[in-house]
This record gives sequence, structure tokens and C-alpha cells, in this order.
Amino acid sequence: MAEVLVYVDHVDGAVRKPTLELLTLARRLGDPVAVALGAGAGATAGVLAEHGAVKVLTDEAAEYADYLVVPKVEALQAAVAAVSPVAVLVPSSAEGKEVAARLALRITSGIITDAIDVEAGESGPVATQSVFAASFTTRSIVTTGVAVITVKPNSAPVEAAPAAGTVEALTVTFSAQATGTKVTGRTPRESTGRPELTEAAIVVSGGRGVNGAENFAVIEALADSLGAAVGASRAAVDAGWYPHSNQVGQTGKSVSPQLYIASGISGAIQHRAGMQTSKTIVAINKDAEAPIFDLVDYGVVGDLFDVVPALTAEVNTRKG
Amino acid sequence: MSLRIVVTVKYVPDATGDRHFADDLTVDRDDVDGLLSELDEYAVEQALQIAESSDDEVEVTVLTVGPEDAKDALRKALSMGADKAIHVEDDDLHGTDAIGTSLVLAKAIEKAGFDLVVSGMASTDGTAGIVPALVAERLGVAQVTLLSEVAVADGAVSGRRDGDAASERLSAALPAVVSVTDQSGEARYPSFKGIMAAKKKPVQAWDLSDLGIEAGEVGLEGAWTKVEAAAERPARTAGTIVKDEGEGGKQLAEFLAGQKFI
Repeated sequence: MAEVLVYVDHVDGAVRKPTLELLTLARRLGDPVAVALGAGAGATAGVLAEHGAVKVLTDEAAEYADYLVVPKVEALQAAVAAVSPVAVLVPSSAEGKEVAARLALRITSGIITDAIDVEAGESGPVATQSVFAASFTTRSIVTTGVAVITVKPNSAPVEAAPAAGTVEALTVTFSAQATGTKVTGRTPRESTGRPELTEAAIVVSGGRGVNGAENFAVIEALADSLGAAVGASRAAVDAGWYPHSNQVGQTGKSVSPQLYIASGISGAIQHRAGMQTSKTIVAINKDAEAPIFDLVDYGVVGDLFDVVPALTAEVNTRKG
Repeated sequence: MSLRIVVTVKYVPDATGDRHFADDLTVDRDDVDGLLSELDEYAVEQALQIAESSDDEVEVTVLTVGPEDAKDALRKALSMGADKAIHVEDDDLHGTDAIGTSLVLAKAIEKAGFDLVVSGMASTDGTAGIVPALVAERLGVAQVTLLSEVAVADGAVSGRRDGDAASERLSAALPAVVSVTDQSGEARYPSFKGIMAAKKKPVQAWDLSDLGIEAGEVGLEGAWTKVEAAAERPARTAGTIVKDEGEGGKQLAEFLAGQKFI
């Protein structure tokens, strides 16, 4: 059976959920071969095998952490040469897209980014994308070379499918270009204990209506009752109430959770662009005319400082 | 010493307009007004700040690939303070994908001459964010992308890249390709003086033959990907909307429990 390369996103050997989702999609196209790079790469093999990786190619060279993007491109290029895959799937993170793009150019292949679904088609993989702030859905194919596709988190369920997961060392020879951009310092993001925004099944977001950094505690309390990630609109981020890393929208992150709860967010196009593919959308806003209400499955017209704490209390009571 | 900065900008359909596809499944530009991609304003701003803080002679050239109307995007950048502009326009460019766009940009940047390329983190229409990396690959120079802080000194560019897991400090020798985020610094508004001055600044027009690119390498024909179908997403069915009269939180909890979220 044809092989499909899956780029593994991991932190010191802990595989992030979008990679496991990719393995589910990869199995529709062929036998998944995972490529894990950097410190802890070898430790990823167990969980990758449980989710369908027939083979895990690893290389723990220091270059992957010490230099930006290009060493990873060169490793994937080596993996493509070793395996001759029918497709390469990469998680649609900011870095994942850059790695995939440069790889595609090097192997003379087309690239499709931010797919929300991938299926086998007559002339290769068919990728579904959601475009123009999710007002259109497109289906695209790669017509030249190997299909290089980046896939957004929450695009497929994580399904266990035990496979061999044989670990093999990947031999990579770095070019002069690989060491062009040096990483001179790294400050790990402080963990909030909450799920990663783009990967979370539930996202609770606050906007202009939250009216102050200190008031975000109300949003965080609801998020914690639901085991959710916290998001913020651009207005809230620009006002300095919440970090940019939590911004949902066109210039922030695009999320596609099972449930999105928008509090005090009017729903400008820039925000809608980042959350409109959420499966279930709920909004709480004082303004009955707010455009966000056009999108919702359930909306409450009311003061978020009344509604959100009442909802949080009710969730906590029901959880017992 | 002198420093040549090329800022790549894109003329995009206004996101607040009713965007859709033309019959050939390319973006329909006729029915929606265009404008300079907001994220590229940050790139122009950072290029101008680098120029203003430098002791060297710095020239800021703004470059776009796009139809006739894309001149509006160049004018905006010139009125902000860029020194000159290059407009690559050719009928054969219609339908060019990101890979093809990076080819045209790289050839134009090489022809213009550069020490530093500054781009926005992504366009506000396609939002892929891959063109800066592709241009760096084409030019064979360092990629220093997604910076929320950028500085140029002593023949090197450095900056801060805020990722999901960590915030990184990056450094590379020039020449290099930089992309900046909307956190890099508020873009200035063109002054009246700037707008008047922009009218006199040179805008150079190049076509594919000026860049030594064959028609078949770009456009729909030269694209390495193909959109097979585009469908308007069905309008969401009207949701339930309740007015909070003291029970709004409870009612919402009821809804969420019904959907198995609680």
C-alpha cells in the first residue's frame, strides 16, 4: 500500500493532538509513516504506533531547536526521498505551514494549506478548505508532484488503530541554508493549565463587553467549569485585557471547536473569520442587534456579568 | 553603507464585502472593492521604522503583484512614507497560486536589488501565511518570520517570534526575508503631506517578460494546485435567542446539557 508521510508536532516527546488527528486522515490515503524530529523524537513512537503509524522516522539533531524552520524542511525532504509517499500531511500551525511550503517548493509539489478534511480521490488526495471567513467551502487537488497538505486542528476524530510503529533513524545532511536563522533564546509559554486554544474542544471567548482585564476572571471561571480554552476578540487584546496569543480572528488564531461561547463580542467579520467553522456557536451579548446573533445556535440577550456567572454556577452544580 | 528594503504588499478584496468566486473558480475581484491588506500595513510601518532608526542611507521600495487596481495599495504605502513602488502586472498572472506568486515576487525582488524583504505575516484574504517562507526559499536567504519585534543592526536582523509553545529570539545575517505580525507596532496613518508627496513618487511597471518568466509558469495553467469546486456554505439555520430575565444562564445551561456539553 502507498505510504503517507505525517509530520509529528510534539513537545519533548509529548505528541500534540492534531498529529493524532492527521494519522486518522492519513489512513484514508495509505499507510502512515510518521516523521518526528528533535529532542524526545524517539519517545513519540508508542503513541504514534497506537494511532496507525506503520513506521516512525526519527532524528534528534540539535539543529531542529537551534535554527528556524529549514532543518525541519531538509529532514522532511530526506524522508520524502526515502519513502516516496503519495502525500505529506502537516499540522496547520504557523510553523507547520512554513515547513510544508518550503518542502513543497523543494520537491516541486503543490501545497494546500488549512484543509478541514482530506479524502482519497481519483487523481490523488482531495482537500476541503473553508474560505472567505467560512462563507465558502472549496475542494482542491494538487496537480503537480506529491500532495503536500496542512490540516487544521479538530478536522478529524482521533481514532486508535494499532500498527507496527517500527522506529528507524532518518539520515539528514543539513545544507548551509539550514543554519541561516539562529534561535538565540527561547522562553517557554507559561502553562495556564487550560487546553491549547486551537486544539480545544470548547472555547470560551470574551470581547469588548468584558470591559477590563480584571473582568476576564468571569470568562476564565466559565472556561474552567467546562474544561475549555479561553479566547479573546481583537478589541479585548488591543485594549491590553488579554494576551495576543489568545486572540481569535483574522489576525489571530483560527479555531474550530465543538462548542464556541462568545461573551460580549459583537461579531465583526474579523472575528467571525476565526471561529465561524465552530460546530455549535453560543453568544451572550447585551445588544440584541449584534451580528454575532446571526451565527448562533443559541443566543442570550443580556448582561454577560449576570449570565456568565449564572451559567458557571449551573455547570458546576450539574457536574456535582 | 546603504540598506535596500523591499516591502511586499497585497491588494485584497475587502473582507466586509460580499466575496465570492468567478466562473473559473478564481476570486471574483469585480464585485468587491479592494484595498491594501491590513496586515501589510504593519510591514510598511516596520520598514519605515527601520529606515528612520538607521544611520545609513535606507531606501524603501514597495512591491505588489496584481491587477491594475492594485496601484491603490502601492499609493497607500507610498503615502505612508515608502520611497518608490514596483507594480508587476500581466494578464497571464490571473489565477496564480502561492507557489507562482513567490516566483514572481522573488524575480522582482532580485531585479530591484535588496538587503531586506519585509512582508506581512499573511494576506487577509488567503490567510495561508506561506509566501514569505517561499520567497526566502526562492531567494536562498534567511527566513526570519512572524516577528512581533524587529531590529536591524550591524548587517543582521533580529526579532521575537511568539509561538504556541514558546517565545523565541531570532537572528540572521542580511540579506534576509522578514515577516511581521500585527503585534509589531501600530501602522501610521498617511498625513496630508504624505498623500500629496505620494503622487510624485515613481511607480515602476513590470510585466512577466521584464522578469524573464514564461506565461506557463504562472496563472491558472502554471498553478500546482487546482480548485475543483467551490460552494457557498448554507446559511446557518436561525438559532434560538432568548432574552435574559434572570434565567438566561440557567436556560443556556439547559441548552448545553441537551447538546451533551455538560
